[in-house]
Amino acid sequence: MTPFAELLDGLVYTPSRNGKLRLMGRYFTTVPDPDRGWGLAALTGGLSLASAKPAMLRALAAERTDPVLFALSYDYVGDLAETCALIWPGDGPRQAPRLSEVVDALGLAARDRVPELLAGWLDGMTAGERWALLKLVTGGLRVGVSARLAKTALAEAFDTPLDEIEEVWHGLKPPYGRLFDWLDGRESKPDVSGLPTFRPFMLAHPLEDDVRLDLGAYQVEWKWDGIRVQLASVGGERRLYSRSGDDISATFPDVVEAAAFEGVLDGELLVRAPDGAPAPFNALQQRLNRKTVGRKMLDQHPAFVCAYDILFDGGEDLRALPLSSRRDRLEDFVARTGSERLTLSELVSVDEWEHLARLRAGTRALGIEGLMLKRRDSAYLGGRSKGPWYKWKRDPLTADVVLMYAQRGHGKRSSYYSDYTFGAWRDESLVPVGKAYFGFTDEELRELDRWVRNHTTNRFGPVREVDKDLVLEVAFDSIHPSPRHKSGVAMRFPRIKRIRWDKPAREADRLEALERMIPAQASIA
Amino acid sequence: MMDPGGARRHIACIMALRTKPEDWISVTDAGIHCRPGNFYIDPARPAERAVITHGHGDHARPGNTDVIATPDTIAIMQARYGEDAGRRFQPLAYGETIELGDARLWLAPAGHVLGSAQVVLEYAGQRIVVSGDYKRRRDPTCPPFEPVPCDVFVTEATFGLPVFRHPEDGEEIGRLLASIAAFPERAHLVGVYALGKCQRVIRLLREAGYDRPIYLHGALAALCDLYGRLGVELGPLRAAGEADKDELRGALVLAPPGALRDRWSRRLPEPVTAMASGWMRVRQRARQRGVELPLVLSDHADWDELTQTISDVAAPELWVTHGREDALVHWAQQKGYRARALALVGREEEAE
Ligand SMILES: [Zn+2]
Repeated sequence: MTPFAELLDGLVYTPSRNGKLRLMGRYFTTVPDPDRGWGLAALTGGLSLASAKPAMLRALAAERTDPVLFALSYDYVGDLAETCALIWPGDGPRQAPRLSEVVDALGLAARDRVPELLAGWLDGMTAGERWALLKLVTGGLRVGVSARLAKTALAEAFDTPLDEIEEVWHGLKPPYGRLFDWLDGRESKPDVSGLPTFRPFMLAHPLEDDVRLDLGAYQVEWKWDGIRVQLASVGGERRLYSRSGDDISATFPDVVEAAAFEGVLDGELLVRAPDGAPAPFNALQQRLNRKTVGRKMLDQHPAFVCAYDILFDGGEDLRALPLSSRRDRLEDFVARTGSERLTLSELVSVDEWEHLARLRAGTRALGIEGLMLKRRDSAYLGGRSKGPWYKWKRDPLTADVVLMYAQRGHGKRSSYYSDYTFGAWRDESLVPVGKAYFGFTDEELRELDRWVRNHTTNRFGPVREVDKDLVLEVAFDSIHPSPRHKSGVAMRFPRIKRIRWDKPAREADRLEALERMIPAQASIA
Repeated sequence: MMDPGGARRHIACIMALRTKPEDWISVTDAGIHCRPGNFYIDPARPAERAVITHGHGDHARPGNTDVIATPDTIAIMQARYGEDAGRRFQPLAYGETIELGDARLWLAPAGHVLGSAQVVLEYAGQRIVVSGDYKRRRDPTCPPFEPVPCDVFVTEATFGLPVFRHPEDGEEIGRLLASIAAFPERAHLVGVYALGKCQRVIRLLREAGYDRPIYLHGALAALCDLYGRLGVELGPLRAAGEADKDELRGALVLAPPGALRDRWSRRLPEPVTAMASGWMRVRQRARQRGVELPLVLSDHADWDELTQTISDVAAPELWVTHGREDALVHWAQQKGYRARALALVGREEEAE
């Protein structure tokens, strides 16, 4: 437990990605099996020890502390696990159990034995160890680490490509003994054929503005505005994976149920509008945000996969074939197994670049994100190898908005006001419409920081309110209705495009202008 | 003829029966006032006669006429406020007694910062101790707290919640030294309050064998000089502002907390930001400050020290001045003390 507690402590306080990677790397290379595997499982969300409910912690603490003092402490600290960890007398002889002992014992213990077990451990622990244990048993570490980042740390620490780890990941189980045997070089790579594991996606590069490709060599498709997924059905088991390799099957049971085939497909996950056409992204967003999904949601926002590519047909690995052959196999596959839950991505036939540019210019009106260009002779290679595939996204929307608040950044940027909240006019006042923290150069950051400091009207902790005088041109991918925001709108991927030192604030955009950019229920004819 | 001493004792005894502490000590917006001696303790506004417990800005304010304090506290006030420190000074060594009006007064060490004192007041056979800020653990820059038995103990409660238990100083200094060793290419920037915490951290580092120069933000230099003149040896110190970036790689830099995340810190090579404060015990507080290396080092008593001290001085009555007074008052009442919170204005809970 001690090294794991130290790791969590370090992760909580280390703002930089590199710092977090280094901490995790040190943990994975120095802590023995099976503890490091359980630690990895805890970080990647694969360890559900959720054996203690908040009421149980309260009851445990109540036996050892005065209820008024506990309530005042909880009020001050604000986090139940931390309050218990800090207030616990902890006066037993120092003897923290190993992480694996905790996992094993909790796995075997009857529910009513859990409080006694926990209390025994807590007595022999430091405050930091108690915090780690209580976070673990109540679920939700919240130390700013995604599963992807933990796997990246593993890849870097053992000098192994991340894609190879992703590929075997879903075929392995905590405490990941086979994984570490392979990474340590004691065993060969685990064989996951016959399992519906995640296969690394082949990724596309943005097409530079002035590049003209030889269209004859490329297959052109629409870039749909959903999320990229992999639908795997192997040996009767089915999984839906997001681009980061997360298993999102539980959120989309409608898609998973309909995958009555043997194979692995790459496609776009979309939901249908009432007219049957793909709905705008925020309709999909409604479903992405939940872990499980109710009947009503399934009916209102039915999901489907628009298939781009095929990786496996039955047990046959097609990834080494050229795209043109895979396309033939895909068309055949969807013809055999397709449904309203599984459709084929249509090809766009163009022979002139100008024609393509005109199609791209029309994508926003169609609710499409842009175009994909893929070399017909390309094998399916995981990762982002430059060359074979390009994405040519639609131009972003832009608006002129007024800077309202600035907040200190993190890590290297902590001495700068680098996170900006901006607003648009509604009647005579500004309403916040978004937040951006990139898009500017280092020099512009220094200028903005100086401007914020010289135009502060109010301070709230790390946030400064500023004179409503500076206009920013922001670019964003799209804008959607959002009842959660005061302005009623939310931007996707906003970034600062230009600082309009020249433009008077009263000439910035009005909220109505932004509302007009919201897509109508997309209809694609 | 009656024995006059016996008569005085007899009268004092009757007065003690009749006099309540509230009759001669009152708490106003201006601070704690002693009526028979007509003086204030740590007044919030300039007073004719002020007894100052220690040099921190929320206790020692400028503009008083007569100032009574330990010699070290007077020196600290003069260094901070110059001409405004006061018009006349009466230095009082620990244990030395003076009479002010009908009250007797002496000072006992408080163990908080150099010069810090508890004010012991005696009148009508009663003794009230106003302890100011204090701590119980060893501090290499000042003499330790001395418990003085009394009838009323006036205590702070900055860390008056049972979640505040400061670890051993050695553990925290050890973590700082380990981080310096682990990141030799980065500077370590430690936020410390200018009076007390700064010099204590330096002394603790020296005791742990750290003998390299320590770099200081300009705002810390004057008080470090003063500590040196008052006999607290701090080893080699340099001005961070005069060092170039390469010189600061692997170096230890001390700065006031306000400078940690401000433009001043941009001169440092990839600083690891640390903060030495009792508040660092709570994760959320440390994260709010953007601290990477929280060091739980406090000049205030933690929960165990507060409750231990209340037992040690064995006063039947307890007045709590500032901090988490509701929790400490509750605890004391549970233990059978008469306890109440004084609504004292002007104390800064953050100043630690
Ligand atoms: Zn103080």
